[in-house]
Amino acid sequence: MSPMARTAPVPAATDPAIIRNFCIIAHIDHGKSTLADRMLQFTGVVQARDMKAQYLDRMDIERERGITIKSQAVRMPWEVDNTAYALNMIDTPGHVDFTYEVSRSLAACEGAVLLVDAAQGIEAQTLANLYLAMENDLTIIPVLNKIDLPAAQPEKYAEELANLIGGDPDEVMRVSGKTGIGVESLLDRIVRDIPAPVGQADAPARAMIFDSVYDTYRGVVTYVRVVDGHLSPRERIQMMSTKASHELLEIGVSSPEPVPTKGLGVGEVGYLITGVKDVRQSKVGDTVTNQAKPASESLGGYQDPKPMVFSGLYPLDGTDYPNLREALDKLKLNDAALVYEPETSAALGFGFRVGFLGLLHLEIVRERLEREFNLDLISTAPNVVYEVTLEDKSVRTVTNPSEFPSGKINEVREPMVAATILAPNEFVGAIMELCQGRRGQMRGMDYLSEDRVEMRYWIPLAEIVFDFFDQLKSKTRGYASLDWKAEGEQVADLVKVDILLQGEQVDAFSAITHRDKAYAYGVMMTSKLRELIPRQQFEVPIQAAIGSRIIARENIRAIRKDVLAKCYGGDITRKRKLLEKQKEGKKRMKMVGRVEVPQEAFIAALTTDDSSKDKAKK
Amino acid sequence: MPSVLPIGAPAPLDGSLPVQVIEGATSRTFSLYVHIPFCAVRCGYCDFNTYTATELGGGASQDAYAATAVSEVEFAARAMDAAGLPSRTLSTVFFGGGTPTLLPAGDLARILAAAVEQWGIADGAEVTTEANPDSVTPESLQVLAEAGFTRVSFGMQSAVPHVLKVLDRTHTPSRVPLVVQWARDAGLSVSLDLIYGTPGESMDDWRRSLETALSYNPDHISAYALIVEEGTKLAAQIRRGEVPGIDDDDHAAKYELADELISAAGLTWYEVSNWSRTPEQACRHNLAYWQGGDWWGIGPGAHSHIGGVRWWNVKHPTAYASRLAAGHSPAAGRETLDAGTRAMERIMLEVRLGSGLDVDALDKVGRHAMAGLIAEGLVEPAAAFRGKLVLTLKGRLLADAVVRRVLPD
Repeated sequence: MSPMARTAPVPAATDPAIIRNFCIIAHIDHGKSTLADRMLQFTGVVQARDMKAQYLDRMDIERERGITIKSQAVRMPWEVDNTAYALNMIDTPGHVDFTYEVSRSLAACEGAVLLVDAAQGIEAQTLANLYLAMENDLTIIPVLNKIDLPAAQPEKYAEELANLIGGDPDEVMRVSGKTGIGVESLLDRIVRDIPAPVGQADAPARAMIFDSVYDTYRGVVTYVRVVDGHLSPRERIQMMSTKASHELLEIGVSSPEPVPTKGLGVGEVGYLITGVKDVRQSKVGDTVTNQAKPASESLGGYQDPKPMVFSGLYPLDGTDYPNLREALDKLKLNDAALVYEPETSAALGFGFRVGFLGLLHLEIVRERLEREFNLDLISTAPNVVYEVTLEDKSVRTVTNPSEFPSGKINEVREPMVAATILAPNEFVGAIMELCQGRRGQMRGMDYLSEDRVEMRYWIPLAEIVFDFFDQLKSKTRGYASLDWKAEGEQVADLVKVDILLQGEQVDAFSAITHRDKAYAYGVMMTSKLRELIPRQQFEVPIQAAIGSRIIARENIRAIRKDVLAKCYGGDITRKRKLLEKQKEGKKRMKMVGRVEVPQEAFIAALTTDDSSKDKAKK
Repeated sequence: MPSVLPIGAPAPLDGSLPVQVIEGATSRTFSLYVHIPFCAVRCGYCDFNTYTATELGGGASQDAYAATAVSEVEFAARAMDAAGLPSRTLSTVFFGGGTPTLLPAGDLARILAAAVEQWGIADGAEVTTEANPDSVTPESLQVLAEAGFTRVSFGMQSAVPHVLKVLDRTHTPSRVPLVVQWARDAGLSVSLDLIYGTPGESMDDWRRSLETALSYNPDHISAYALIVEEGTKLAAQIRRGEVPGIDDDDHAAKYELADELISAAGLTWYEVSNWSRTPEQACRHNLAYWQGGDWWGIGPGAHSHIGGVRWWNVKHPTAYASRLAAGHSPAAGRETLDAGTRAMERIMLEVRLGSGLDVDALDKVGRHAMAGLIAEGLVEPAAAFRGKLVLTLKGRLLADAVVRRVLPD
């Protein structure tokens, strides 16, 4: 059992040999934040009385949902055999939408704690991140958490982990973040097993950005891992991807509050402040160097974030459009992956087409817009990006179904993903059925243990975007977990289905679907609208069409009666108030041609019945 | 009178009225409504403010009711004098309920006499009472006629037993021609009330009710689509699926049939739900409601309107009686209408009339909407040419939609 370090190594003058950089790979709910909190406490960087539950999760939404969106890095002292070490714990985002950020966090580490709930076993997303860590040659320390739970099955899951990473089940550590059991041994093990960082102290500085966070008071705070050389306060640094240069106003480490230092040396992890106001000027994955003495080669691995899912966001109240723009501009400062451009919908008015990394990203952005900026929004059904080649060989990128070309089309390409599903083996049949129904191609299946399987599919992203996860959960009684990453594209027989109200196309309801599913979409949408749109003074046909071909039709019969039979002395006040209310309601109607469509009908028609929150949580 | 009162401002205990009520008072008629909150049986569809005999006691009982109502008549006269309103004779009086004829005819006569004593009554004034076919006799009708009543409105509702049963109406259909004859013998003008669209009523049932009612040669017919009010027994039965729900298309078809048969029998519509044999036989009391007249409503839950001020009395007869006994106004709440609201009410009410609404009463938006309404067949083109908005048959069925379109934005 090691004592708390008596003297912590001093940043900027720390020998790489006593540095250990690690992260924790875990599934949501498997207790990563609780374990991290316990480490902060045991190493003395946070006093017990200052502990907020899950100290590292800063944003309210993160705290409420129990997930980590943005990573942070904390420096903790720990003594083993009378040597004080500096442990840098890099917290990784825990969701499929942020795979790229995870990969950069992993690249900043030499080792990873693979944390798995002893009552649940490994989940798909953890497995995906584990593979990512193994590709990065990280030293893996397998750990079962929550061993204090009555439902814990440490023997079973130790075996599963040992199978996955190779090695002996006895080497799997057993801890409880909640009670603290085994946490000190884990800290010791991190020091012993994880290699010290290696770099050239006298080479030109190279530091990798693994996170970039906007702070209202300080501007952008950039988290880096120094690989070579040294970074010092007041020097001018350069971003190697853009060649932009900034003065280093402040440099320091988090422990966990920011503490300015005299710099950062080889292997060290800390933060930089340059006064820039937009995270796009300090991009995750980029290499920071010294402007006066620049490195010749970047560390590599940098990618621009690529939006995968698009949705139209419209203010319920049209006058909120400038507020929505302002809110998006503000969110963008802290979200390098958020892209948007103005869009006009005949039905919904002025709004934005917004690109997201995935559904959770969409959900989080929408929720922040509504909560932090007090906006009421309608979002159109999410869709993916299509490449449409016309007969003249020109190619169009379509991010909005209403922009799908109507002329002769040569081919349509859609983005594909490699999906991994982990589930108890009794659900294999149900999962295969679901994936085949969603045009998935099976690539393989492995047993993780006696009764748990890993299934791998190549499947269109568009199919995953539409209620796939909810279906998966319901078909497996909640036991399946899913992970996916973008992988290639395919040519598919895709068509645009338009919805017409009295012959007028309603852009907000157009969808791009596989030809085999067009009819089902048309029937679903037309019947939904028939229920949602009130009867008008004239008959309103609702049609679904592919081009000029009608594939489904419903009719809203003309209203024949809209009058109160009685209006005597005692009814007048009541009737007048009713009329005032109806009149007010009319103002919220959107006109599609001559048809009055209540706002609520748009919202209800665009909302799928599944709970998007659960989907986002996976 | 629906049992749910509106939400308004508090009404002063002394019944005082704001000074605005004086303006234009001489050009407005003055009417009296008397609410009789008793029924022998509570009907399943009814949400009116009414009570069966066993439900009430003390000062609110049937026996004491006439005296209580008279005390409000006296209170009204004092309040109107105090407000500086000019003295106006009663142009119409209407006894509604409930079932007014559950009270002895002498009680109704006594209340009417008290009102006439306070205000006087105009020559040719219309004095109506509602009546249930079960609760009148040749004698009682004679007493009413002698007391000054000129008109009786019978709640016939339907001629079809299974429909009456759903409505919980207790009278036997065969009694209706008898009571109509007795009323005529007493010299009273006769109106029949019908309800259509009752769950389970077929189109043939409705035709039978109409033809039967018309065969009695009434001077006036009111035909109302059944409204299922929240909180009634019928609403609960529909919710539980015990009886079928209401279908607006069925209502529309039945309204069209009513208009066809009633018109063919020589009556003319003068309001969406009302037809009369001659213009003089239209219910002038109701027209006063629709044309901005002044009226004082006597009785628990009764509504009043004097010069742009509307108020309504406390609902429960016991609370009502004790307020008056203490010398206080029985009003529960009131509202004072501004010019815009009065203009809106005028449009809302007069659009429903056969005489129509002056197109001049509309603003630019409303006048602009006229062409479209004519094109859609909702408004009579000939009347519009004369400067009146008069609804067509189709327009009457969509009257609320028309009103929404002609109201200012």
